[in-house]
Amino acid sequence: MTHFTTRAKKRLLRIGAVLFWLLVWQLCSMMIKQEILLVSPVSAFLSLLQLAKTGSFWSSIAFSFFKIFLGFLLSLGAGTLLAALSCRFSAVAILLQPAVTVMKATPVASFTILALLWIRSQNLSVLVSFTMAFPILYSNLCEGILCADRELLEMAQVFHMSFWRQLSYIYLPAIFPFFISAVSLSVGLCWKSGIAAEVIGQPAGSVGGALYQAKVFLATRELFAWTAVIITVSLLFEKAVLHLAALARRQLEEK
Amino acid sequence: MDIIIRGLYKSFEGRPVLENFSATLPEGCCTALMGPSGRGKTTLLRILMGLERADAGKIEGLSRKRLTAVFQEDRLFPDLSARKNLLAVCPGAEGQQADRLLGELGLRESRMQRIREMSGGMKRRVAIARALLAGPQLLLLDEPFGGMDERTRAAAAACILAHTAGATLLLVTHSLAEAELLGAKKVLQMAL
Repeated sequence: MTHFTTRAKKRLLRIGAVLFWLLVWQLCSMMIKQEILLVSPVSAFLSLLQLAKTGSFWSSIAFSFFKIFLGFLLSLGAGTLLAALSCRFSAVAILLQPAVTVMKATPVASFTILALLWIRSQNLSVLVSFTMAFPILYSNLCEGILCADRELLEMAQVFHMSFWRQLSYIYLPAIFPFFISAVSLSVGLCWKSGIAAEVIGQPAGSVGGALYQAKVFLATRELFAWTAVIITVSLLFEKAVLHLAALARRQLEEK
Repeated sequence: MDIIIRGLYKSFEGRPVLENFSATLPEGCCTALMGPSGRGKTTLLRILMGLERADAGKIEGLSRKRLTAVFQEDRLFPDLSARKNLLAVCPGAEGQQADRLLGELGLRESRMQRIREMSGGMKRRVAIARALLAGPQLLLLDEPFGGMDERTRAAAAACILAHTAGATLLLVTHSLAEAELLGAKKVLQMAL
């Protein structure tokens, strides 16, 4: 009962905080009195409802989400594989180090403009989200692998534990905390950088493209509505991925 | 086949730990390895396990033996139960075998308890059970009775002897009484 009330209280406080900032937004908008500069939350919401009635709204979200999610999945796959290889062969780690450092330091805008020279704008967000997420996933997974308990690994060697058993009982539990932190960091970054790339590249039928159009035509209501969509999808995306990761962890622990 | 160690050398950063160490471990017998700390007892065990390479010297009669060990540290999976710890490392073993072994070591009631929640003596017994379940032909025991009272120690020693008939045992200990418990026929003193 106490646990329930604490949780309910926390949830109420969180809702209260959101309502507080919405109120601040509303008051600022009322003070400025120029919807072209700052629309009210009510106007943004109404605009969002209007947009939601159109098919292009949903197809834009699906397009951007698919491309960015693909970029994230590719970075997850490449990050896992290369982290494993780097920890096994130091030559791979040395070879990758400069590339990872450059990827970490390059701003999204520079990379996007360069990438536009090489690929079609339709696939820009795949490459950009991959580039932004890869260094985080790779570095964290390397750290996780190196954190695997040396003493347990020696025990596994003496008892001739198979590779899959070592992976399941020693490596995965060590990697998981690093994996979760890397995923929670990179998912949000992927989405934001992917949308930023779309704003620059303006692929047809994308959220970034729609955002740019709204800016060009000074459609501030739509601009706010699209921004709300981006924030919502980012939060849902992160929650879904973390939920899946937690499920996988539970499966592993129950095994 | 006896295990014959000839002229083993090992040093760490120029500091010799083993210098021209030679010994024979008779097959099917328990040999005790004694001596003050830092004289290379654990290093010798690590070389036998293949976890360290000797700088020089030779070991004969080791290659065909199924080796298991009770390490100086417990080296158990802290979030798994005692039973799961055994089965994770010895996948060929049956649950009943693991239960029986844990029962013989006085852990019948605690077999589903997580290692994290166990006392030091209980963890040592789980480590012993794991080494026995793997069916060793050569069993290396690095201070295996730590944290156990006299009665538990005697029961653990009896269990080890019951499950290692015909196997070669090498016990690292500071106590002659422990060597006697395992019926050590030979005591090697390590000294540089």
